[in-house]
Amino acid sequence: MAIAKRQPKSTSAPLSPDPKHPLEDLIRMERIPHIWCPGCGVGTVFSACLSAIQQTGIDYRKFSMVSGIGCSGRGAGYVRLDSFHTTHGRAIPFATGIKMADPSLNVIVFSGDGDLFAIGGNHFIHAARRNMDITVICVNNFIYGMTGGQVAATTPHMAKSSTTPFGNPDSPFNLPLLAIASGATYVARWTMIHSRDLTLAFEEAIGHRGFSFIEVLSPCPINYTRRNKIKTMDMVRQFHNNTIIKNHANPSELDIDFQKGVVLGKFMDIDKPTPDEILAKLRNQ
Amino acid sequence: MEPKVLTGEHFINGDEACAEGAIAAGCTFFGAYPITPATEVAERMAERLPDQGGTFIQMEDEIAAITSILGAAWTGAKSMTATSGPGFSLMMETVGLAVVTETPCVVVNVQRGGPSTGLPTMGAQGDMMQARWGSHGDYEIIAIAPSSPQEMFDLTIEAFNLSEKYRVPVFIMSDEVVGHMSEKVVIPKASKIKTVSRPRPSGRKDRFKPYQPGPNGVPPMATIGEGYNVHVTGLTHDEQGYPVMSVDTQKEMMTRLIGKIRNNLDDIIRTESYLLDDADIVIVSYGVSARTSYTAVEQLRGMGIRAGLFRLITVWPFPEKQIRELATRVKGFVTVEINMGQICREVERCAGSKVPSYLVGHTGGTVITPDAVIQLIKEVF
Repeated sequence: MAIAKRQPKSTSAPLSPDPKHPLEDLIRMERIPHIWCPGCGVGTVFSACLSAIQQTGIDYRKFSMVSGIGCSGRGAGYVRLDSFHTTHGRAIPFATGIKMADPSLNVIVFSGDGDLFAIGGNHFIHAARRNMDITVICVNNFIYGMTGGQVAATTPHMAKSSTTPFGNPDSPFNLPLLAIASGATYVARWTMIHSRDLTLAFEEAIGHRGFSFIEVLSPCPINYTRRNKIKTMDMVRQFHNNTIIKNHANPSELDIDFQKGVVLGKFMDIDKPTPDEILAKLRNQ
Repeated sequence: MEPKVLTGEHFINGDEACAEGAIAAGCTFFGAYPITPATEVAERMAERLPDQGGTFIQMEDEIAAITSILGAAWTGAKSMTATSGPGFSLMMETVGLAVVTETPCVVVNVQRGGPSTGLPTMGAQGDMMQARWGSHGDYEIIAIAPSSPQEMFDLTIEAFNLSEKYRVPVFIMSDEVVGHMSEKVVIPKASKIKTVSRPRPSGRKDRFKPYQPGPNGVPPMATIGEGYNVHVTGLTHDEQGYPVMSVDTQKEMMTRLIGKIRNNLDDIIRTESYLLDDADIVIVSYGVSARTSYTAVEQLRGMGIRAGLFRLITVWPFPEKQIRELATRVKGFVTVEINMGQICREVERCAGSKVPSYLVGHTGGTVITPDAVIQLIKEVF
């Protein structure tokens, strides 16, 4: 006997006939749903990035997004811009080639901590040193998410991962300190819950002339918090309760310690000539 | 902007001629990392590119150097890097990215003795198989081997043209001897230099499929900023450029990538024959070793031995058809190369069991002498 299926009764108001997402013009809707897990913060950071692009008012054709490999590295695959999903760790040199060959473009690198700071660390410090006019957004989830939770260059000391089952013997990078020491001219840190500040920071970074870097703290429920017996919501609460906004804080105080309080804000924003500008001047001489 | 070509006769080395060839081909972006014996290519480009409205950047390593030229290529630029063995090894992963994303670019390898740090200032031809198979996965590639500074100029233009036409990375497999030797190089007028540019899209931008092939299997290539909103990935992708993890998509993509080279062999492959018509013994060689072989053929003819030279200008794709044809009418093959048997294996494979195939090889650091070639031929034939 066939069982008649009953439609569940809708309790909410009917959707409008054309429920257009406010960021739809910047998303490859045909590629949705995305791969990011429930509870992951990458999507929030990605949305903030797209909102910032929208708010700049700059012609979308003048943007390009480059990603490396990893969960955040899938960003380039969902944005409706000329977008590049490159090899592991190499988003920054690819972006450097784009920017130097066509300085009229706004080039955004959207990638993760493993991609940008372990395998790609050398490229990061050199692009910062050159003050290459690109915007680097790092979603820091403290772990290699896509490969199943291996220790990263950002994993807290003694935290567990699939390759540090007894605790991480190493210490993590202080990313804003690294960026500032390398020569970045715009450096900020926010968490994925600070979506307004984040969007404003992205917008400011895109407008900034020179190398801009934003670290965004984000939970990885499947591969970091679960293994470390942290409830993902507790981590998100820490993003709210155990953070201090302190612009232009001393970079050496920017290590990530939620007991002490994690410092957020804008730590560097200075003006310095960029390599493409300098080259243009040399060409005219 | 029309390239400012240095028309006239010059006495320059192979590396410098290579840089001039790049300029003449319309190269406007060079991603560099210093390495002996290829550094002079970078130095010449650093000097010459700004005046062409081009961009020279010295990156932090060879991985960054090759990756930067891929990024630049998508802005519409013709781009190049130059290296030697150790840098070539570092570049290999990105070569695969260039193949699968169909990004035109030229990579020069001025070969030196290896493996590892090897003989930085001394020539060899030990990277020939690495050029063919160095990146992981299965693919087809184009590699060209110049034998003189003049060819470093001419074949660099050819490399750019093939790279643009087929949207594939093209290797210039030079060596320390050709790179550092100075000879007369004739640079023609800009108007006499034939250059090719990549196929370009037309039609509705919102319906553009970045990997839908054109007539010869090569898709038209959009440029960043034109509004095509291309997505380019190293993952296996469909015609839209979107990642699809499936056996069928892999098969379709790979068949086309391999096919665009294999189905156009006659257009791509260039070889040179010297005294082959009546030859009993065919010397197969390329690069600097072809010069040795040329002299050996002349001396052997003087001794009444009917030797001829089959010079590979294009090494990859390998001129199989030509070797197979020669195998039907000669007594044997001798491959002359500064390694312990790389291209020799290809010759042997194509010659099959019909005729014998021998190697005059060397472990590297110097050129092979004509005497070594003559001695082997006298011994075995």
